[in-house]
Amino acid sequence: MTFIYPVDSNKAHPLPLSPDYKSSIKRAPNKPLIPMRHTLSELTGPVYGHETVREGDNDLTTQHSGEPIGERIIVHGHVRDEDGRGVPNSLVEIWQANSCGRYVHVRDQHPAPLDPNFTGAGRTVSDAAGYYRFVTIKPGAYPWGNHHNAWRPAHIHLSVFGHSFVTRLVTQMYFPADPLFPFDPIFNSVPDEKARARMVSSFDLENTQPEWALCYRFDIVLRGKNATPMENH
Amino acid sequence: MQDSVKPDGITPSQTVGPFFKYGLTPTGEYAWNDAFTNSTLTPDVTGDRVRIEGRVFDGDGVAVPDCMLEIWQADAQGRFADPQDKRALPNASFRGFARCGTDKDGNYSFDTIKPGVVPDPDGKPQAPHIVLAVFGRGMLRHLYTRIYFSDEAGNAADPVLALVPAERRATLTAVREAGKPVYRLDLHLQGDDETVFFDM
Repeated sequence: MTFIYPVDSNKAHPLPLSPDYKSSIKRAPNKPLIPMRHTLSELTGPVYGHETVREGDNDLTTQHSGEPIGERIIVHGHVRDEDGRGVPNSLVEIWQANSCGRYVHVRDQHPAPLDPNFTGAGRTVSDAAGYYRFVTIKPGAYPWGNHHNAWRPAHIHLSVFGHSFVTRLVTQMYFPADPLFPFDPIFNSVPDEKARARMVSSFDLENTQPEWALCYRFDIVLRGKNATPMENH
Repeated sequence: MQDSVKPDGITPSQTVGPFFKYGLTPTGEYAWNDAFTNSTLTPDVTGDRVRIEGRVFDGDGVAVPDCMLEIWQADAQGRFADPQDKRALPNASFRGFARCGTDKDGNYSFDTIKPGVVPDPDGKPQAPHIVLAVFGRGMLRHLYTRIYFSDEAGNAADPVLALVPAERRATLTAVREAGKPVYRLDLHLQGDDETVFFDM
């Protein structure tokens, strides 16, 4: 199948400069981006399959000698294109804070405990239908220095490849009905309310495992439509 | 389940944040392994081996210590390691992708081969180039740019460089160091020397 990647779809993304998010002020380009047609260099992309992922890399609760503290959860869903088709064989990488809201990163020094049984990194490859699944611990909210009493809503960072280099996506998955949403400049950097809703997972009772783990569903929609003659115009 | 539902749009981007290193570029410093390194080199790869290095700066000219850069490129014959490139088989194990985090002084480097010529949509040759994606704290969406090579005569006729005002083309051109297979290119996220980023 041949894909096209309409630039209009990028309107869902935040603008580079979002002044409420202070770190964007000196790191967003001032000059307009230069439009260009996609060439073969943009229409192709790295292909990484199961050889990149080890057995168990999608279970963040079993990477150490003991079990991590916190609420065990399942996060699953499909990687899809803009037509809704599953994107197979796509690498999905995740990283996150522990249940106390503390990252293992050396630069996170806020006074919440590290968990010796939790690193917070995982990866998997979507299957033939685009389906992926992780087992992890629900991350905590955490404070940051953006403004007075700033707290990030709980989130899991995701990095996804897809069909080409222009489908590359790094995003964050949030949890339903987080009371911190109205106050978070990163979440609200996405201007459209419907687009913001696409970053929020949904609680999935059907796939919650009794006596074991709550489940959240999160579909990841990447750029790319079928390049049929009808859609080429 | 939900397979017939057409999405109402793509998933928006969010910043990679300040804490990606242990997950995406641990390089031995955390209890996690690297899926990728800053090298595309494989034992069977053919072509001129080069190093591309430089620093990343913000709008105040301050080095950016928490950027992640990714490159994607053709092999020395101009072929991509992706079945969507139908023209010919590339080097057997060459992938053409690499990832590098900047260090505390904003330095990055890639070890790769100089790519060959890739056609544009009209079949015209593009000068050898590498596509570069830049991620970082403070960057809500990654930015795309390109790396060209200072010693390539084809730059003058490259259809993408032609879209760029002449005075800004240097921001896309890695400069060869005398006598060494090393090219230097600094990236400026903002300011007078701002790197050209593409809307694609």
